[in-house]
Amino acid sequence: MPSLPVIETDQVRHAGNAPDGGAFDAPALASADPPLFDYYCRLGDDALILGQRLSEWCGHAPVLEVDLSLANIALDLIGQATHFLSLAGDADRLAFHRDVLDWKNSWLVEQPNGDFARTMARQFLFSTWQHMLYQRLTASSDAGIAAVAAKAVKEVAYHRELAADWVVRLGDGTDESAKRMADGLTWCWRFVPELFEADEVVETLAGRGIAVDPRAFEAEYRADIARVLGEAKLAVPADTRPILGGRRGHHGEHLGHLLAVMQHIPRTYPDAKW
Amino acid sequence: MSAKEGSGHDWPLWEVFVRSKGGLNHRHVGSVHAPDSELALRHARDTYTRRLEGVSLWVVPSAAITASDPAQAGELFEPAEDKVYRHPTFYDIPDVVKHI
Repeated sequence: MPSLPVIETDQVRHAGNAPDGGAFDAPALASADPPLFDYYCRLGDDALILGQRLSEWCGHAPVLEVDLSLANIALDLIGQATHFLSLAGDADRLAFHRDVLDWKNSWLVEQPNGDFARTMARQFLFSTWQHMLYQRLTASSDAGIAAVAAKAVKEVAYHRELAADWVVRLGDGTDESAKRMADGLTWCWRFVPELFEADEVVETLAGRGIAVDPRAFEAEYRADIARVLGEAKLAVPADTRPILGGRRGHHGEHLGHLLAVMQHIPRTYPDAKW
Repeated sequence: MSAKEGSGHDWPLWEVFVRSKGGLNHRHVGSVHAPDSELALRHARDTYTRRLEGVSLWVVPSAAITASDPAQAGELFEPAEDKVYRHPTFYDIPDVVKHI
């Protein structure tokens, strides 16, 4: 009978592989093209974290039909994440074995669902942004990004339409629904400026024709949001101090809990097969 | 709206018809609850066409459908049972007829 290595040996061996001295099953994040790797992760992480969040509604939505709508959006987003993270490396390793500080998603997508109105407010603000981004990324000089964007842009157009429909119906609905939608928008609004941040990674890659500088469509975004909120008879929330830092791995306390739920099985049984 | 209140029971019911591909008829596939026709279309799309089942959707308020009374099924439909001559297959085709 072959003898198993003592557990310390294993720890030492794996710990040596953790580039940041973090968990010893963390995937290697070294890349030949660090900005591009980072950008793949930002795109993939936004989609995956929001997909995971929306999945929490499964079985809990207000009605069966809405349950299906939310699950469909979640699955679309998880599909997009799989593509983007596969461009970055081993998608499963990146999704299930990465520590919280290595996630590059925006703050908006990791926010808790709250009530249905807040979930729809978040979806409307994010999908509108993602749609404008993907439209432009279809012209990316990176063939992988351009291909995923071209496929996903139709999915996201639908997410945006569905969310906008709900914003209008709840905003222009009963006193209670209008209040909840206004509260949801106010909750999410401080996370919007981060979506339009352009740091060195974006500027470098935009220069190479790969990334899109989101500032280029910020005015269009704000006009579109204002138009739908006008239709919903809701005021555009007041700008407050923005919350930034997700792209650099700074996150709120909610992301760790989300990752714990999403990752605990693969991290407990790392070699398990379906 | 939490899961408990506003459960959608006050939403009207809509019958959903899907055209599976160009040239075919829309066929009834089921029903959805929705507050209005636009959202009924969205719900129908998410409920009945997620696996490439369709190229076109109709939704119709269920209340707009006038249905026959199941209790009258006997008088409505049974008389047709023994009238096999109403089917073209009842008739023998003369040998001289080539194309039919």
